Amino acid sequence: MTEKSFIPLGDGFFHQLADKKRVFAAAAQKAENAGREDVLRAIGKSVLDEDDFVLLTSPAASRELEALAERALSETLRRFGRAKQLFAPLYLSNYCTNSCVYCGFHAGPGIKRKALSPDEIETELKALAATGLRQVLLLTGDAPKRTGGSYIALAVDMAARYFPTVGIEVPALTLEEYAQIAKAGAGSMTMFQETYDQRLYARLHPAGPKRVFANRLDAPHRALMAGIRQVNFGVLLGLGDWRFDVFMMAAHARFLQRMFPEAETAFSLPRLRPIGERKNGGDENGRVFVPSPVKDRDFVQALTALRCFVPQAGITLSTRESAFMRDRLLPLGVTKISAGVCTGVGGYAQPAPEKTVQFFIDDERSVDEMRDSLGKLGFQPVFSDWLLPEKGELPLSQALRRSLGDLGHHKSRAPF
Amino acid sequence: MDNSAQAPLQTAEDPLFIGGVGLKSRLFLGTGKLGREELIPEIVAAAGVQVITVALRRVDLSDKSGNVLSHIPVHVQLLPNTSGARTAEEAVRIARLARACGTGNWIKIEVINDSVNLLPDGYGTAKATEILAKEGFVVLPYINPDLYVARDLVNAGAAAVMPLGAPIGSNRGLRTKEMIRILIEEIDLPIIVDAGLGVPSHACEAMEMGAAACLINTAIATASDPVHMAEAFGLAVAAGRAALLAGPGRSLVAGASASSPETGKLTAFLEANAASG
Amino acid sequence: MEQKTKELVINGESRLCAAHSLSDLLKELGLGESAVVAEINGKIVSRQDFAVTILAFGDKIELARFVGGG
Repeated sequence: MTEKSFIPLGDGFFHQLADKKRVFAAAAQKAENAGREDVLRAIGKSVLDEDDFVLLTSPAASRELEALAERALSETLRRFGRAKQLFAPLYLSNYCTNSCVYCGFHAGPGIKRKALSPDEIETELKALAATGLRQVLLLTGDAPKRTGGSYIALAVDMAARYFPTVGIEVPALTLEEYAQIAKAGAGSMTMFQETYDQRLYARLHPAGPKRVFANRLDAPHRALMAGIRQVNFGVLLGLGDWRFDVFMMAAHARFLQRMFPEAETAFSLPRLRPIGERKNGGDENGRVFVPSPVKDRDFVQALTALRCFVPQAGITLSTRESAFMRDRLLPLGVTKISAGVCTGVGGYAQPAPEKTVQFFIDDERSVDEMRDSLGKLGFQPVFSDWLLPEKGELPLSQALRRSLGDLGHHKSRAPF
Repeated sequence: MDNSAQAPLQTAEDPLFIGGVGLKSRLFLGTGKLGREELIPEIVAAAGVQVITVALRRVDLSDKSGNVLSHIPVHVQLLPNTSGARTAEEAVRIARLARACGTGNWIKIEVINDSVNLLPDGYGTAKATEILAKEGFVVLPYINPDLYVARDLVNAGAAAVMPLGAPIGSNRGLRTKEMIRILIEEIDLPIIVDAGLGVPSHACEAMEMGAAACLINTAIATASDPVHMAEAFGLAVAAGRAALLAGPGRSLVAGASASSPETGKLTAFLEANAASG
Repeated sequence: MEQKTKELVINGESRLCAAHSLSDLLKELGLGESAVVAEINGKIVSRQDFAVTILAFGDKIELARFVGGG
């Protein structure tokens, strides 16, 4: 598949891109002349529209960050109470045929490659489950032959025996592969578009299957068609214009939410840290490509504006952020965080081999420590998202889908 | 449609498109209980009404006088309803009969099997909508403001959705305001509030919220002076619409007060952390 | 041709009518054609066919028209 040969979904977000870019450009220009009253008015609206969102992520709104944070706080409390979900990622493999300029896993020498065998996956799952976590996120690099759809489905199937909630964060798969994975027990998928700026995207992904922008863009849509219930969107902050990328990401999510009203949409805000910091997992020289580092203040603005614009969406904060930041961002919109994390391959049953990490962790709290921290901060650690029976019975999502009829149809069911 | 003459309270700049027709007035008129149907032309003139609903009934062979159509100006868009239908099948039959009259293909679907409160049957309505939309009708279904039913109607090919504000004839206003607000946000079709609006301020409120139009029957028909009441409704609908388009100002956000001692607390850590950017 | 009177069921009532076609019936009943829609034995008759629709003994005819409604 190449960029030229790939045909995006006819009713997919790809065909909205041009229009959304225009909306952003017009709203951003309007925001240049916005005053304090305009910003406060937008913050006070019960339902925000796209123009409001662009205003709230603009430099004008940065001056009213406290008011924005207050709204985000109240919105988070109202929708989610004090519950914060805990999970951990399990990297199954770091084999990767892409050459993403910014990533610790990119193809090339200097990194030790490993893919867990089924037995090793089982061992890791057992160890992770022993920490008390009930939600796991399975990750792989992009190596279709070695760790493609069926490898992932097998891992999901195994994970579903230990964890009621299993998510995947893997390369863009086909509709059939997502259906297989949904059947195996995956309740969510995570797909970071990285950036919605197509020219920048092309420069950042010079080789490998990930090059095909539209294929990645349509992946969440395919996953929803296949019956996966929750989709997690994300952009890598630090690559392009964060205001543009966060806007497009939110527009992408709202577009699919409208098309699949029963689905859950969520966001992540992974942020690349500036060059020179060892805590970023770069190449063997410690160099990482971060063209436009995002300052803390802008990061908070992105999070709080997003919380106000898409109030029902979960927002995940990874261990790229420090414990200091994570603790202070939890009240402002974050609803899910990881704990006891290893970003190398495996690493729970026994330490991961050196030099296999995707990025360096800046919050090393264990599950128990995180549970205590959350309690002290006044939050309620939540391990299980929905009430799900143990493996062997149909997970609620599958039973519900079955009663709705066809797994493949994404339009809401006919009236009779 | 007569495009040349523009009645008062009509606006050409903000048309409401339904079934390919650009309506200049967002006040729809119901003619039930009016009694004095000869008032209709005056009402149309005073309020700028462009859409009028009528019902279909058996001809009373012992009293053949009266044909409401003779009082309705030619340029008005007729919206027959399927009142009397208790099932989808009955609604479909009435719709086809109405179309056979030769006055157009718009139809308002009412499927009501509840004599006490006259609440509509959403399931039957959706069923009838799907059948009639396929036959080329411009379908405006009347429903309880239920998001799932509304979505089914979108999929069934409705041209608009008509949620009730309150039970028919109750004149109690926007009792279902929150639910209608959700429809306005979530449904990509014109939302026309129908039933229960009792005074012009109700209609104004509905339009400020983002409703596409209001259908008023009882409040006008049973007023002492229906013509001037219709005019008042026309003004109210226009006012509410104009207010929406003008972009209302800020209302206070609960808890966000400048004098609150909590101010500055949530993001203060950013100043402290500024060095590490 | 002899005009026989036929028994027809019109709007649920039995009537003896001399009318040959639907148009004739409407004239006999004193109803203007333009205001009325008609159904015979469950099938809608379009207005242009009124004159050529011949009535048969026992036909169930529904005649309806628009009235004020909400």
